[in-house]
Amino acid sequence: MSKLSILTKGIVKENPTFVLILGMCPTLGTTTSAVNGLGMGVATMFVLIMSNIVISMIKNFVPDKVRIPSFIVVIASFVTVIELLMKAYVPSLYETLGVFIPLIVVNCIILGRAEAFASKNGVLDSALDGVGIGLGFTLSLTLLGAVRELLGTGAIFGQQLFNADNGILIFVLAPGAFIALGYLMVIFNKLTTKLK
Amino acid sequence: MKSSLKNMVLVLFCIALVCSAAVGLVYKVTLDPITKAEQLKVTQSIAAVLPAFEQTSEDVINVDGKEFKVFTATNAAGEVVGYAFEAYTMNGFSGEIRLMVGFDVEGTISGVEVLKQAETPGLGANLAKPDNVVRKSIEGKKAADLNLKVRKDGGDVDALTAATISSRAYTEVVAAAYEAYKQVSNK
Repeated sequence: MSKLSILTKGIVKENPTFVLILGMCPTLGTTTSAVNGLGMGVATMFVLIMSNIVISMIKNFVPDKVRIPSFIVVIASFVTVIELLMKAYVPSLYETLGVFIPLIVVNCIILGRAEAFASKNGVLDSALDGVGIGLGFTLSLTLLGAVRELLGTGAIFGQQLFNADNGILIFVLAPGAFIALGYLMVIFNKLTTKLK
Repeated sequence: MKSSLKNMVLVLFCIALVCSAAVGLVYKVTLDPITKAEQLKVTQSIAAVLPAFEQTSEDVINVDGKEFKVFTATNAAGEVVGYAFEAYTMNGFSGEIRLMVGFDVEGTISGVEVLKQAETPGLGANLAKPDNVVRKSIEGKKAADLNLKVRKDGGDVDALTAATISSRAYTEVVAAAYEAYKQVSNK
């Protein structure tokens, strides 16, 4: 597989949200607005890249039977490090994302990529895979967040487009997440099959 | 790699050791900036809710079994110019709402700042916006003249559209802070 295709496959062909359908919990829970989706995506991408790099480095020393606990320890450490760093140096960002950060540990995308890719490939390829899948996740979360924010409150990235009173409240709440995600999945897969 | 008891124990031990050492190191490095950032937020919110003051002293007060922090603000001459209460409730739509509520010596609510909330973005979270209707209907009024309940419950406080529970909790915190103020100012 060429380096470029490793990087780009995460965005469309193996898009974690719309195609692999992994990590639904943060996807549904955090995308109440475009900014929240973007922030969650970027934080996940960072953890994904770092854990992919470390796991591809240690993969030859880890016995198969303790593979999963070893990976989880590595991932959890990175998440804790990020949480502490954000708290210390960007408290305003931590304020908006704080509750979602610990959720990254249990995001199946990260463990999934560690299992399916980083534990079988080299350091550079794993880093690229992390960037690609991370970008795909960030883009889909931002898109979902933007759709929900627009339909629910009439704004995108906090920019008011129409009166908030005309918004459909349910889209900001949990059921709206399922509805919006379902329709986006249909549209996404329709478009990608057409392209093929 | 083939698993044997020896190498499983050894590898997991080493990974856990290295990871916890790394987390510990980051914790140590960030401990100072984190405390500073948290203190800065409290000081800023005190300054935002009170009239001009020289310094504050911190104390703890007990209202209905809840412990609130009280910051008594004094001017250069040592006279009290106001009190700020760090009050909270767990009755928000998504749990805790923590506010800094300022009173001047006449009992006027001089300001309300949100310290912590996890309400629904786009609805209850609008409480954290500086120009929300709940805050507007509370700030600058004398607490004694105000029925600190939302209009739906027969009070004088406007509620946010579609966020009555959040507005109710917010008002409840202000009312609790007023109880605390009555205790403190009577002393």
